[in-house]
Amino acid sequence: MNNIFVYCEIEGGKVADVSLELLTKGRELADALGCKLEALAIGHNLKGVETTLNEYGADVVYAADDASLAPYRTLPHTSIVCGVFEEEKPQIALFGATSLGRDLGPRVSSALHSGLTADCTSLVIGDHADTKGNEYKNLLYQIRPAFGGNIIATIINPDCRPQMATVREGVMRKEAAARKPALSVKQIDFKKYLKDIDMAVRIIDRHIEERKIDIKGAGVIVSGGYGVGSKENFSLLNDLAAVLGGEVGASRAAVDAGFAEHARQVGQTGVTVRPKLYIACGISGQIQHTAGMDQSAMIISINTDPEAPINKIADFTITGDLNAVIPKMIEYYKRNSK
Amino acid sequence: MRKALKIVVLAKQVPDTRNVGKDAMKADGTVNRAALPAIFNPEDLNALEQALRLKDKFEGTTIEILTMGPPRAAEIIREGLFRGTDGGVLLTDRKFAGADTLATSYALACAIRKIRPDLIIAGRQAIDGDTAQVGPQVAEKMGWPQVTYAEEIANFDGKELTIKRRLEHGVETVACPLPMVVTVNGSAPDCRPRHAKLLMKYKHAKTVTEARELQEDPYLSLRESRGLTITEWGVADVDADAEQLGLSGSPTKVKKIENVVFQAKEAKLLTAADGDIDSLMKELIESHTLG
Repeated sequence: MNNIFVYCEIEGGKVADVSLELLTKGRELADALGCKLEALAIGHNLKGVETTLNEYGADVVYAADDASLAPYRTLPHTSIVCGVFEEEKPQIALFGATSLGRDLGPRVSSALHSGLTADCTSLVIGDHADTKGNEYKNLLYQIRPAFGGNIIATIINPDCRPQMATVREGVMRKEAAARKPALSVKQIDFKKYLKDIDMAVRIIDRHIEERKIDIKGAGVIVSGGYGVGSKENFSLLNDLAAVLGGEVGASRAAVDAGFAEHARQVGQTGVTVRPKLYIACGISGQIQHTAGMDQSAMIISINTDPEAPINKIADFTITGDLNAVIPKMIEYYKRNSK
Repeated sequence: MRKALKIVVLAKQVPDTRNVGKDAMKADGTVNRAALPAIFNPEDLNALEQALRLKDKFEGTTIEILTMGPPRAAEIIREGLFRGTDGGVLLTDRKFAGADTLATSYALACAIRKIRPDLIIAGRQAIDGDTAQVGPQVAEKMGWPQVTYAEEIANFDGKELTIKRRLEHGVETVACPLPMVVTVNGSAPDCRPRHAKLLMKYKHAKTVTEARELQEDPYLSLRESRGLTITEWGVADVDADAEQLGLSGSPTKVKKIENVVFQAKEAKLLTAADGDIDSLMKELIESHTLG
């Protein structure tokens, strides 16, 4: 009772990275609160999954394994999660801020009348005193950007349980638990939670398809120029963009050289962008390019040439080889983000 | 089989937070609201387009926009009328203010029960909060199934909708019986522009509150004769339980708000040394430029 639950996303027998990141964070919170960390595994062919969940810190795995439960559908998963939560009364429940978690989380929070904070970037345990003199110990501070990233809000749920939050992939660290806890696996008697309407939605077709590229809406853009050198080197930019939750952009020279698709081109003949952070890698900074990005809130330039014109509009210039700089940015971002 | 649908589109008027440039923040670090005009939430426009396409295809289909907000949010309903909706309801009352997503969903569900639609279409999320919670929470409050992240409502056979969803790593096509809630992704087709004739017809459509604030109202008789009055509902009109509204109905509370300050500064010169990159990433995280 009153433990921390993590809803784990499982596709084809593999646990999603975001769920392992949540377990890593959940373990830390459970240790701080002196409670257990419990993982929910709902799907099909789950054999072996509990070992992974345990490695990332789960004390208990609640499993519901049935062909009707995979692929994910909103209603049966909601009914099972709500059923378990009503019996187990968790104090905290965490979900990935994925298309699945952002579909399931709000439905569960509405059914249980418990607050849910979306897309948290930090989760911390803390106390609270309200204006009526009520004091609360060990609440979950759910910290998230809002208003297009212009404000950072700390949200709490003083009275309702569980305190629910979603977190995006890549925001939290993923790390196997230092001490693997003793594991207990519990099979959920899920059929008792299901209602007739729960199977109303039928999945007709499901397949992997490349996403349309849309760099306009990205908060972070990692952009490459001719100086990146090759299409292969662009994969480094992809890695950095993925870790920072951004998109890859390119200069016209890089697109003309075949390093990137035209849809990624920033500048006069491409798209105009105004992200919170623009990282220009190996881009000299011709007006053709800067006209499409100089309104970015912050600009970092990575270039071997300290005199590159782009450095004039940059907030930070890193003089060096991007092949050395980008892996370090990824490493230190991961190390410093909570 | 009759295929006419009664659709409610949920839409929100939001400050335009998308084009956050250097002028979006004041020197003291607070949001420069003047630089952020109030707009029709972008993904709600994608939702409206899906509704209009159903109306184009299935004769007799009606669309109403339901929005909650201050009196000026009536603009959202007019924008819908200019594009082909049949009407709308503005849910406005001081008692709705301060609501989190759950209290908002409760208020919307109360209004929906009065309208009694077959289908609710909403944008996936609003750009001022980015939570994507209201659609699924409304569905839960109604006890209806939901299909989120929709990109296209591909078919309606009189009973079920066939919907294409856009997920992180792929697409999914699902069939779902009515009544239901659909939330539409920004990758769905853009909304059609305003129609010139409809603009002329509806530009004087106003709520009672808006009409009352006019010094002179030369269009009063016109509005009355042509039904150009936009419906406004308060708490009493939707039989809502005041305890479940606004701040008191919201399980989540805001403990603290920090403004993110973008400061114009001289370029800092760094090298590829570990120490430089480490302190840069720390600074980006601490200033919430990242994360």
